[in-house]
Amino acid sequence: MSVPDLLLDPLFRLPLMTGTVIALVLPLIGALLMLRDEWLAALGLAHLAAASALVGLAVGLPAVLGGMLGALAAGVVKSLSRASGNLAYGFMILLGWSALVLIAANTTLGAALGHALIDGQLYFSGALELTAALLLGALTALTLIRIMPHLMRARFFPTYEQANRLPARRWHLTFDLLVALGLAIATATVGLMGAFSLVLVPAWIAFHIASSWTWTLVISALVGILSMMLAYLAALAWDQPFGPILVGVLLSTAAMVVLARQLRMRFAGGPRRRLD
Amino acid sequence: MPLLTLSGLVAGHGDPVIGPVSLRVMAGEVVGLWGPNGCGKSTLLNAIIDRAVIFAGQIERAPRLRLAYQEQWSVRLPIMPVTGGELLRLMGACDQALPDALRCLLRRRIDRLSGGQYQLLRVWAALSGGADLILLDEPTNNLDPERESLLLQMLAKVPAQRSRRLLDVGSGRAVLLVSHERRFLDAACSRVIEIG
Repeated sequence: MSVPDLLLDPLFRLPLMTGTVIALVLPLIGALLMLRDEWLAALGLAHLAAASALVGLAVGLPAVLGGMLGALAAGVVKSLSRASGNLAYGFMILLGWSALVLIAANTTLGAALGHALIDGQLYFSGALELTAALLLGALTALTLIRIMPHLMRARFFPTYEQANRLPARRWHLTFDLLVALGLAIATATVGLMGAFSLVLVPAWIAFHIASSWTWTLVISALVGILSMMLAYLAALAWDQPFGPILVGVLLSTAAMVVLARQLRMRFAGGPRRRLD
Repeated sequence: MPLLTLSGLVAGHGDPVIGPVSLRVMAGEVVGLWGPNGCGKSTLLNAIIDRAVIFAGQIERAPRLRLAYQEQWSVRLPIMPVTGGELLRLMGACDQALPDALRCLLRRRIDRLSGGQYQLLRVWAALSGGADLILLDEPTNNLDPERESLLLQMLAKVPAQRSRRLLDVGSGRAVLLVSHERRFLDAACSRVIEIG
């Protein structure tokens, strides 16, 4: 099959559309998580989403729905307990991993799904996953336009809300829930590490090369989408699981950015000095 | 009507650190709080923004008072792809009257600014962000003499600026600033209160 055939084949159209939406949304969320120094959230929530997907399966819920419920519950607990930073997510990772492995080890269906969540088999995505991804995309667009300035102000001017007795908590809770929802849907489609890599790597690249916050968002989204497309074709062409290929593509992109920066610094005569 | 009134305020964190302090800040004033290190100047500002324990006395704010608070140590992350202009917009700060020395920073990433440049940009964000009362904690941190004089020029413009909301309590806005540099306070403030 040629590249256009792979992209346009009806069998692969739904997964491709689902992956594109996820690869657009997660890097944007990742940029904000990086800004808040909470990027480990992605891995913590992905683990919990994967574990709750298996629990949901046991009671007859679709994996994407079970994952969403578990991740949202974790987001609410995290926000209400005012746990912030990567420490809270470190504990989530441990809890999620422990539950995921135990459930997968003790049920037949759980073992199969657990394997799929680790592999990140985007190609099994259907109408339900696409609907969830589109819902996530719409929610992200509506929410981020509204809360992004508040989240950024809270980061750079952390006393502003308190000094003016403004209800800042609702913005943080809204963002925590958006992250949880995004990670749950992404984990059910691109897998646990695929979701984490889409949050972490595009934002990391953008933070290093973007000239402004606007460009950070643009570069993050572009890196996410282009890497997803490349990984999609490579995994199909070489008959490999999608998740590890996506992580490989993203890591290669990050390595090329590092190399290009080092070469530029070498030819420019060393790193730029801060001018006072 | 004052923008802020402190009446017999005793504040601290675990234990009382400062007080009793009574003072009023009127619209159009730049009030300086001077005292040696550790006397509780920053704790006083923290009490005003509800970040310290009040053991006695009270704080009264004018209705609908909008505050801006510039902390002694600013949030500065090692990698931060946000420009000076984007930082100002977060606080709704106006960049039309921005001094030329700061205008060139609008398009630069804040993680590539010097400590003094970043400090001045944040002070400008507080001063021009539409707050009625601006609290500045040691605003001369990281500033060389040249930038200190720029800060004095910025502060001198504040009393003449009209509040966007509080037309009923006076025509101007006000600054309450804390510093251990008496010379700077004398140059910047309409009155200086010694505490501690």
